[in-house]
Amino acid sequence: MNNVFVYIEIEGAEVREVSQELLTKGRKLANELGVELHAVVIGTGIKGKVEEQILPYGVDKLFVFDAPELFPYTSAPHTDIVVNLFKEEQPQICLMGATVIGRDLGPRVSSSLTSGLTADCTQLEIGPYEDKKSGKVYENLLYQIRPAFGGNIVATIVNPDHRPQMATVRSGVMQKAVYEGACKKEVVYPEVNKYVSPEAFVVKVLDHHVEAAKHNLKGAPIVVSGGYGVGSKEGFDMLFELAKVLHGEVGGSRAAVDAGWIDNDRQIGQTGVTVHPKVYIACGISGQIQHIAGMQDSGIIISINSDPDAPINKIADYVITGTVEEVVPKMIKYYRQNSK
Amino acid sequence: MSLKIVVLAKQVPDTRNVGKDAMTAEGTVNRAALPAIFNPEDLNALEQALRIKEQQPDVEVGLLTMGPPRAGEIIREGLYRGADTGWLLTDRLFAGADTLATSYALATAIKKIGKVDLVIGGRQAIDGDTAQVGPQVAQKLGLNQVTYAEEILKIENGKATIRRLIDGGVEVVEAPLPLVVTVNGSAAECRPANAKLVMKYKYAACPLEVAEDDNRKDLRAEKGYLNLTQWSVADVDGDASQCGMSGSPTKVKEVQSIAFQAKESKSLTAKDEDINALIQELLNDKIIG
Repeated sequence: MNNVFVYIEIEGAEVREVSQELLTKGRKLANELGVELHAVVIGTGIKGKVEEQILPYGVDKLFVFDAPELFPYTSAPHTDIVVNLFKEEQPQICLMGATVIGRDLGPRVSSSLTSGLTADCTQLEIGPYEDKKSGKVYENLLYQIRPAFGGNIVATIVNPDHRPQMATVRSGVMQKAVYEGACKKEVVYPEVNKYVSPEAFVVKVLDHHVEAAKHNLKGAPIVVSGGYGVGSKEGFDMLFELAKVLHGEVGGSRAAVDAGWIDNDRQIGQTGVTVHPKVYIACGISGQIQHIAGMQDSGIIISINSDPDAPINKIADYVITGTVEEVVPKMIKYYRQNSK
Repeated sequence: MSLKIVVLAKQVPDTRNVGKDAMTAEGTVNRAALPAIFNPEDLNALEQALRIKEQQPDVEVGLLTMGPPRAGEIIREGLYRGADTGWLLTDRLFAGADTLATSYALATAIKKIGKVDLVIGGRQAIDGDTAQVGPQVAQKLGLNQVTYAEEILKIENGKATIRRLIDGGVEVVEAPLPLVVTVNGSAAECRPANAKLVMKYKYAACPLEVAEDDNRKDLRAEKGYLNLTQWSVADVDGDASQCGMSGSPTKVKEVQSIAFQAKESKSLTAKDEDINALIQELLNDKIIG
């Protein structure tokens, strides 16, 4: 009762990194609240294959639901299992990845349990809340902090009266770390048919095709990122060249993705990838909060912008006032000259 | 087989093009400074519905939206592009709704519409980016859901075959009707307004949009299709306690405009010597290598 739960996402029998990141965050929250960290994983043929990918992140109790047709994921069976498990376990917090699965499952579960859900949180904290109308004070609520309104403001959301308090978090926002402290590491294998009825299996997956990621933007030490100021798809070729010589990866702002200059799986920001590189080179990016939320923890930030007052310049270590067209080729040139 | 399709659509402030005057000095959003638009992914959803209507006989496409009276604009926009009808849910009791209270209201209206085979909406709205309303409407109606759809490939024998995006790939699923589908922005773009339909529907309006001194009363009396349906909480037999602020489990504790910790930054020009010096500095400090 009253514990912190993480829904573990898998591809086959491989646990997704975002779930491990959430376990590390969930462990911290559980410690702060003095409760246990629990996890639930649902799939087919996963028993004996997934436990060691989950337990080291500080899990006290892991619920493994293993049965045919639970992979690939479909909405209804996973919803039924999570909802019925939560009715028994009564968790106070539930975290899910803000992935396609988490964003399909989370709202369905929250609607079933009439609990609040906040999407795409960038920070999770514990704190008190006073309801201004009733004057009632709540202790130890989950602060679900996220940029809102296209990233122009940051909102702190709470769910005072409904449990669990649910939040989704994007991949890369939290950092995973094997837990050094003590935890129970108990594993249970509940009987699946007690949690889900055969009628739930009506949506059939005819074809399921997942490709290995084409790039490692999330883990790249150097990120060259372009915004509207890059001006064209061809402009991005230059960024790819700079990234290549620096052994980095290329990302883009939402504006550049919306303009069709770069694939949307390279979007950096609250609704894209969050990166923590050693060096972040922002090319023609004005710096909306929605973008900054995805890169502000970078080591060194270099901003190239023709507008000296671009908001991103405030958080940059180096501000180069000039056009991307002019500056980027010079960076390539002088890197080649000096690094030899 | 006849098909009744409801497209969920939202009128949203255009948060993609936020100018400097979009935020007030106090750090709140100045909605008046942002143009109100048809939520982009809801247009992708409308296109999927209109394609089904083209491909098979006896399909009715209606647009359901919730919002202030001026949200009637997007119903008209839907009619211009080929929808057959529309419903505006508008009531002060709906105000302040989070996704769950919004879903309750929409699901209640869909029940009122009755015998709906397919509910199609955008994956998410650009003013919230939550992607929650589609699945929550499905849950409230007890229907199956397919999210992140890119194309409804076919509808046959009471089943829809849909191609959808998943993380790092694609999936093709088959789901029985009735069904809720949310459509991703990578799906086909919506067709533009049709000039004939614009002529036909340009004076269509909801009762609240029609001013007292409306000088097209006779026209509207003559052409019934110009009178758009407008529903309050009571009209859809809704439970007011599940609507708006009171039906919302999530509360906004605080809203801030972010002031970033300004760093002491070095300013450089685009001149060769500046760029050269920067690269040398980064190399010497082993920041790049």
